[in-house]
Amino acid sequence: MIREITIGQYYPADSVLHKLDPRVKLAATLIFIISLFVFRSPEAYMAATVFLGAVIYISKVPLKFMMRGLKSIILLLMITVVFNLFLTPGTAVIRIWRLQITKEGIVTAVSMAVRLIYLIVGASVMTLTTTPNDLTDGLEKALTPLKKIRVPVHEISMMMSIALRFIPILLEETDKIMKAQMARGADFETGGLIKKAKSMIPLLVPLFISAFRRANDLAMAMEARGYHGGEGRTKMKPLVYKKRDYTAYLCLLAYLILMFLVNRLHLVTGLLGI
Amino acid sequence: MDIVKAEKLKYEYVQVDEEGNEESRSVAVDGVDLDIKAGDFVAILGHNGSGKSTLAKHMNAILLPTEGTLYVDGKDTRDESKLWEIRQTAGMVFQNPDNQIIGTIVEEDVGFGPENMGVPTVEIWKRVEQSLKSVGMWEYRGHSPNKLSGGQKQRVAIAGVVAMRPKCIVLDEPTAMLDPNGRREVIRTVRELNRQEHVTVILITHYMEEVIEADRVIVMDQGRIVMQGTPREVFSHVEELKGYRLDVPQETLVAYELQKAGIPLPNGILTTEELIRELEKVKQTHTGSQRTQ
Repeated sequence: MIREITIGQYYPADSVLHKLDPRVKLAATLIFIISLFVFRSPEAYMAATVFLGAVIYISKVPLKFMMRGLKSIILLLMITVVFNLFLTPGTAVIRIWRLQITKEGIVTAVSMAVRLIYLIVGASVMTLTTTPNDLTDGLEKALTPLKKIRVPVHEISMMMSIALRFIPILLEETDKIMKAQMARGADFETGGLIKKAKSMIPLLVPLFISAFRRANDLAMAMEARGYHGGEGRTKMKPLVYKKRDYTAYLCLLAYLILMFLVNRLHLVTGLLGI
Repeated sequence: MDIVKAEKLKYEYVQVDEEGNEESRSVAVDGVDLDIKAGDFVAILGHNGSGKSTLAKHMNAILLPTEGTLYVDGKDTRDESKLWEIRQTAGMVFQNPDNQIIGTIVEEDVGFGPENMGVPTVEIWKRVEQSLKSVGMWEYRGHSPNKLSGGQKQRVAIAGVVAMRPKCIVLDEPTAMLDPNGRREVIRTVRELNRQEHVTVILITHYMEEVIEADRVIVMDQGRIVMQGTPREVFSHVEELKGYRLDVPQETLVAYELQKAGIPLPNGILTTEELIRELEKVKQTHTGSQRTQ
């Protein structure tokens, strides 16, 4: 059961989005998220919807997978909506006992909800179309300038990719230890939360010991193969921008300009109309 | 020329307590003199705790000698400026296949060594292709190492070392965690590398069947080299080997027991075919002598 867990949520498909340089996707996600918070007019949200819809369509990933990410934030979403709905002061629309729903409340609640949903879906598009490896590679390359202020960028990305490699191995090991203990009568399934948590301790101790042993072995193997940090290292698969990456950057720029204009437009109509 | 040369090599494991005081000291390698010629296939045998793994780790400068010296391709392993050259000359394959594969895809793992050496990208790809083909794992280049069998993982690890173009490969019990099929796979791969690419192979093991094809067998016990010679020479001394808690190959053992029972067989029989051939000979002379009577 434990082996079914997958790391990341990469959805393999043959789309332009899958082939894009991870740096482009990282930049796009970042810009999209920022744009959601900077431009807050209904028109801007509409433009964002169109953009997101188009990207999802290009990605060839079923919508169902995009929505999966929303499950985890559903509680947060409800709380945000409820609080905004009832606690925003302004002109009352409906009054129930001591609580009142205001016009401003509805507006903020809806826009907050839309922003949160788009944020998660937008980030999901990136993780669904990029393998974890590409993602770490992209991060390393994108953050290279930080090396100047002594951020160990290469080391961090190396750690991330090693972690990715060892997660399935450690999961398998957990499964083995669990089975071995179950064979000797350990009970992981029944009992309340506290009892369950307690039954995990005998699982964690051997797991930790073996993880340390593995780390030791791996460090030795890496040294034996000449690993001495990022200095003087070449790349087997260097990240190089291709034509499609530049096109993607152009699209991104177009999106930004559009958002800006649409937002301005609203200001103008707003001034004229009301 | 000697690719690996040890002079009075000694290594002690020192255990210290929390304050840094010495608690205990155990000698793992005790005054070993050794020279291994380039292109040889040398097997080092020994029971657990005989010091064979410690000796192996010296050849890659993972451990440095407490006393004595070890030269790899003429370079002293204590010379820190030559550390990376030494590690490139003597590649090392370890016991646990899971703990030595760094990449998340087979080809990326094989490229790890050359990447560290600063080999240009185009050249890395060439080397990866060559070394994966030489261990017969080219079809698996896009797979995740987690989905391979133990023997396959170990072959990937060997490819990873081969891609660094070492003159010498040290394998530290590469088959200890594998099933018999995986073991055969790995040993066959290593033998082919030795014969076709003329890479020096130093195989550390405690499985007797694996050393039959070696050019030279070195037996270690308690940190010392106690026996040396061709497999045939070494396996002739069944009783002595038993004294070092080592078993001889089954065929050798059968021949030895038959010999003791009075059947005239030569010393140091290694393979089943050899045993059958020798027994046929005995049978013929026996029936021959009966007829003359």
